[in-house]
Amino acid sequence: MAVSGTVGAAEVTSAENELTPASVGQLRLAFTFRTHHPGPATQSPLVDGSTLFLLTPFPHTLYALNLATPGATVRWRYTPEADGTARGRSCCGEGQGGMSLEGGQLYVNTLDGRTLALDAASGAPTWEVRTADPSSGETLVSAPLTAGGRLLIGNAGDRFGVRGWIAALDGGTGRALWRWHSTGPDAEVGIVAGFKPLYPGNERPDQGVASWPPSAWRQGGGGVSGEILWDAASGLIFHGTGHPAPLVPDQRPGDNRWTSGLFARELETGLARWFDPLNAHDLYGLGGTAPSLLLDRAWRGTPRQLLVHPDANGHVYVLDRGTGEILSAEPFVPVNATAGVDLATATLRRDEGKAVRRGRMTRDVCPAHPGAVTGASAYLPETGLLYIPSRRLCMDMEARNANYIRGTGFTGANLRLRPADERGRGALVGWDLDAGRPAWTVPERFPLSGGVLATGGLVIYGTRDGLLKALDARSGVLLWSFQTGSGILSRPVAFRGLDGHAHLVVLAGSGDGPEAEIDRRDASAENGMGNLLRDLPRPSDPGATLYVFRLP
Amino acid sequence: MRVLLAALLLPLALAGCKHEARETRLDPPVAEALGEVRVMANRISGQPPMVNAAQGEPYRNNAYQLAQGKRLYEWFNCQGCHADGGGASGPALMNGWWRYGPDAVSIFVTLRDGRPNGMPSYRDRLTTEQMWQLTGYLQNLGATVAATAAPSRNDAMQTRPSENRAPAMGALSPPPSR
Repeated sequence: MAVSGTVGAAEVTSAENELTPASVGQLRLAFTFRTHHPGPATQSPLVDGSTLFLLTPFPHTLYALNLATPGATVRWRYTPEADGTARGRSCCGEGQGGMSLEGGQLYVNTLDGRTLALDAASGAPTWEVRTADPSSGETLVSAPLTAGGRLLIGNAGDRFGVRGWIAALDGGTGRALWRWHSTGPDAEVGIVAGFKPLYPGNERPDQGVASWPPSAWRQGGGGVSGEILWDAASGLIFHGTGHPAPLVPDQRPGDNRWTSGLFARELETGLARWFDPLNAHDLYGLGGTAPSLLLDRAWRGTPRQLLVHPDANGHVYVLDRGTGEILSAEPFVPVNATAGVDLATATLRRDEGKAVRRGRMTRDVCPAHPGAVTGASAYLPETGLLYIPSRRLCMDMEARNANYIRGTGFTGANLRLRPADERGRGALVGWDLDAGRPAWTVPERFPLSGGVLATGGLVIYGTRDGLLKALDARSGVLLWSFQTGSGILSRPVAFRGLDGHAHLVVLAGSGDGPEAEIDRRDASAENGMGNLLRDLPRPSDPGATLYVFRLP
Repeated sequence: MRVLLAALLLPLALAGCKHEARETRLDPPVAEALGEVRVMANRISGQPPMVNAAQGEPYRNNAYQLAQGKRLYEWFNCQGCHADGGGASGPALMNGWWRYGPDAVSIFVTLRDGRPNGMPSYRDRLTTEQMWQLTGYLQNLGATVAATAAPSRNDAMQTRPSENRAPAMGALSPPPSR
């Protein structure tokens, strides 16, 4: 979640020369830093020279650790004010804020809707603004993006009927520059003459109102809760919009623009350039916010500027990021709700038997909510493979009625998840981009939700039951693993330490300890995931803990 | 012979009617008395209204009131945060562990006034009678002793042991750590 938009090659870190398939077996645990925080740790630590920045889950504490001292001492810590209402607005391992580093300033989004800037060296606050209102269910779940002196943030709250938006703030002062919504009239979405959507129907005026029942767009969802990417060369930013509210499709007939899709906007003004609908009239609450990658590589022989987006609906979308043209969309997990994507119109070929109707239960819909992938994928140009942390799940979905009451859940659907087949509830997919199918798949016992690190010929990721694994990037063979004390929901980070040796760090902490107060006898707990995680072992060390490994 | 049989069975049939007695409209003095809850200064526990006991604890013992509570649980979006009692962004309601107190007054005050960690206030959205119906249903959800009445079963998806399997659990699960 911490990665600012990257264009071009892969996960190149300065440790690449040392951490290799040959040397990874020698990784040793150097030290741990325990925060004792019981929540889900989704934000990876950031490393800058001799300092490691660590953001705990909500209520947040921000630590700056001095890596120069053995075992890392705390250089400074900062505890922002916390609005306790936000504690009841985050579920089941979803993100809880985030941070990014630029120009000596640390920018933080807190779950309860504050965006702040701190001086990275001293921890002194520079500015702070309230950007989201948790009393309506609105939160900030991901890291801000720094781009050209601006800070880009998006809200979350699809489950509460919060209208989604993306905003830009001035990095130096926090002053609001622009804000555009995911639903509503064109003037509020940022659609003007320069909007060039490729696919039919999207060029008509005010689709953000016309594709909804009257006023339903006001509680329409579409939160920009995922990573925002920036292509400095073209001056465009790319982001997904979340799923529409409520989950019950019968209450919002129509295509529900502009939810569950991908936007390209101009950084300067935020005005929309193109939009691709991924899950129009989203039946399963999948959204379009799964993390994407910007790649400059050849596609079918021609060099192109691509946006690769493994989507929650189980397909890997390869787009031309200049125009939004969908070049390919192939499934990477078992999918039965749709029979592929019609590339001419960008619509899903839906199976009528898997439609969701109010008052009825639809069984065995694959992929299941919250989606086949929500964690960040990684790419290595030397293998040409995209590494996707996936879930292989199906669900039973019962749609009821949802009434909008501000501040309460606006969903109206009961979900119960189950594995797609016996091959494991999750998988690390090594996806061959050119071929459009997996080169190899490593089955996982539990669904994967943390991001993947790809570096030096290795693929490194953590699992829900706390195993940190390193696979060979070419073959998928397991080369090294380490059992941490709690589930891992964040992306591992590799860097070269001050002693010149390669380091690997991961912040473990899944929020699955007793503090979570979840009773998994109810199969619909945790948005249906409760049914699936009944055999998840209790974490031996439930607090969020930083593990630092070092190559000797 | 048939008349004799009917005469014998009639009292039995009448005795079972109490479970299902439906008071579709509350007497205004009773409705007002339902709001007379006296709460401790820490907003946890206190004294319930006298009229609950005087009516024979209908919100715990009457199947109709429990069924109304179950209907309100769905209609007022409790499932959006608490699932079917298992919890999601809000804590579980069926595991017998109550952050703000397990007794009827604590639960009633939680519904009426909200709580600091995200529970919204339903003071302006539910009537007092409806809040008591919900309170009774929630206590029934996490019960460790068999209840004398139960609400109706779910229409379609049964996601957890149904309420009329008595009791909801034999013993409490391991406690939350905080």
